[in-house]
Amino acid sequence: MTVELNDLTHTIGEWLRASGPQADIVMSTRIRLARNLADFPFVTKASEQDRADIERLLREKLLHIKATSDEFMYVNVGDLDKIDRQFLVERQLISREHAEAKGARGVVIDPREQVSLMINEEDHLRIQCMHSGLDVRGAWEQINRIDDLISEQVTYAFHPRLGYLTACPTNVGTGARVSVLLHLPALVITKQIEKVFRSLQKISLAVRGLYGEGSQAMGDFYQISNQQTLGRSELELIEQVGDVVPALIHYEREARDFLIKESQQMLHDQVSRAYGILRTAQTISSEETMLLLSKVRMGVNLGLIDDLSLLKLNELFIRTQPAHLQKLTGSELTTADRNIERARFLRRYLNNEGNGGLN
Amino acid sequence: MKCQQCERPATFHITELEGGKHSELHLCEEHARQYLTQGEAEQGPASELAGALAQQMAVSQAAEGLKKLDSRACPVCGITFFDFRNQGRLGCPNDYVFFEKELEPLIANIHGETVHKGKHPKRGAGGTQQRTELIRMRRDMKEAIGQEDYERAKELRDEIKRVEEQQS
Repeated sequence: MTVELNDLTHTIGEWLRASGPQADIVMSTRIRLARNLADFPFVTKASEQDRADIERLLREKLLHIKATSDEFMYVNVGDLDKIDRQFLVERQLISREHAEAKGARGVVIDPREQVSLMINEEDHLRIQCMHSGLDVRGAWEQINRIDDLISEQVTYAFHPRLGYLTACPTNVGTGARVSVLLHLPALVITKQIEKVFRSLQKISLAVRGLYGEGSQAMGDFYQISNQQTLGRSELELIEQVGDVVPALIHYEREARDFLIKESQQMLHDQVSRAYGILRTAQTISSEETMLLLSKVRMGVNLGLIDDLSLLKLNELFIRTQPAHLQKLTGSELTTADRNIERARFLRRYLNNEGNGGLN
Repeated sequence: MKCQQCERPATFHITELEGGKHSELHLCEEHARQYLTQGEAEQGPASELAGALAQQMAVSQAAEGLKKLDSRACPVCGITFFDFRNQGRLGCPNDYVFFEKELEPLIANIHGETVHKGKHPKRGAGGTQQRTELIRMRRDMKEAIGQEDYERAKELRDEIKRVEEQQS
C-alpha cells in the first residue's frame, strides 16, 4: 500500500482544492464522528489482542463499503515510518494522536482524500469528511451516508438516552465535531481577532490554530468548531457552526476593504515583501513560510498579486510542510537541511522554473 | 468567592500539583477555560473535561467519600473512577451505566444537556447486557491464560464464539 501512499505526494487533496464556496476565506469544512463497537472495551482499556481484533474487523467491513465511486484504500499506520505518519497528519488524514499512538491501528481513505476512517484512535472509529470551502451541508450528507452504511455492518455502542458512547464524555451523544478552517489575515492586522474569539466562546464554539502550537494560530488560519455534542441534533450542530461563519466572512471582508481604503500602500508593500522573500530566500523555516504565504494569499485575494492562483498557493502550503518536503526529496532531512530545501523548492516554484521540478 | 482575575464569582476551584507543592486557583468560568486551554490547543475537549471535573470534585466530595468513590471499579472493564479521573478516558460502554451517578453531573456540566437528540444507528444496540458480557468474557479469558488456567480459557473461548455467532 505504500506505493499508493507515495502517489498522494503528487496530488493535493480535496480540502485544498480552493474550489468550494467562499474558498478565498474558508479553506475547508470538516466533520468527524466518533464511534465505538458495542462489544469491545474502549481503546484505553483494550488489550493488544483486542486492538488487533478491532483493527481487523473494522478494516474488513470498511473496505467493502460502497460509499464513493472510488475504491477505498487502507494504510496500516502502525507499519509506517515517522515521516509517512507525519505526512498523513499534514494532509489531515489522521490526527497527531493517531500518528503517535501504539499498537494495531490504520486508516481507510478515498483517493480524493475527502473521506478518512481512522481505526483505533481515541475511539475505535473516527469517521471524517473534508470538503473544500464552506460546505457543512455537503460534508454532513456524505458523512451521514457513510455512517449509515457502516452501522449496517457493525453494532455501535449506543445508549438510548446518551446516544453514541465515546471514550471521553466530551464527545458523547452525536460524537460529532463540525469544524471550519478560516483564513483571517485582515482581522489579525486590524487587531479585531481577539474580539471575535471572545464572542465565539460565548456561544460555546472553540477556536484554534492550524498546525499551530498552543492557541497561537499559524499564518492567520483559525479553526472553529462546536464543543457541545449532546442534546442537539447533528443538523442543529452543523447549523450552529455553519451560521456563524458567514458573519466572520463578512467581518474579514470589511476589514480587508478598510485596509485597502486606508492603507493600501502599506498593505501592498507588506504583501510584495512577503512574496519577495519567498522567491529569493536561501533558507526558510516552515513557520516563516506559513506567515509569508498567508500574506501572499491575502494579496492574491485583494488583487495585489496577479500571477498566482489560490490553488497554487494552497499547494505551496501543503508541499512546504516538513514531511512533504522529505517525501519529495526521498530522504530524511535535518531541520537545517529542510529549511534549505524548502527555500529551493519555493524559489523554483514561484519563479516559474517548472513546477518546482516535481512532476 | 471572587475570581482571582476579575470581579465575577469563582465557580472553578483548581488545584495544581507541581513538584510536590500544590497551589489553589479560584476562577470564573471564562478565566478557568483560558487557564486550562493555555498551550494545549489540541486538547480542547480534554481540558474542558478537566475543568468540569475540577469543578465537580470541588463541589465537595469529602475526602472520605472521594476515596470510596475512587476505588469503585467497573465489573466489565475493570477501570476505577480514579483511573478515569486521572486519564479522562472511560474503559468501556458499560462505564456510562456503572458510573452513571458520577458522570451525570459531569456530562451536564460539559454539554449543558443530558439527553441525546441526534440520529440512531441502523443496527439496534439492543441486548446491551449481552454486548458488555462479551467484553467481560474476553477479559476473563485473558486473565485465565495469564494464570495458566487453560481449561477455563477454553470454556470462555467457546462461549465467546457462541455469543458472537448469535449476534452476527
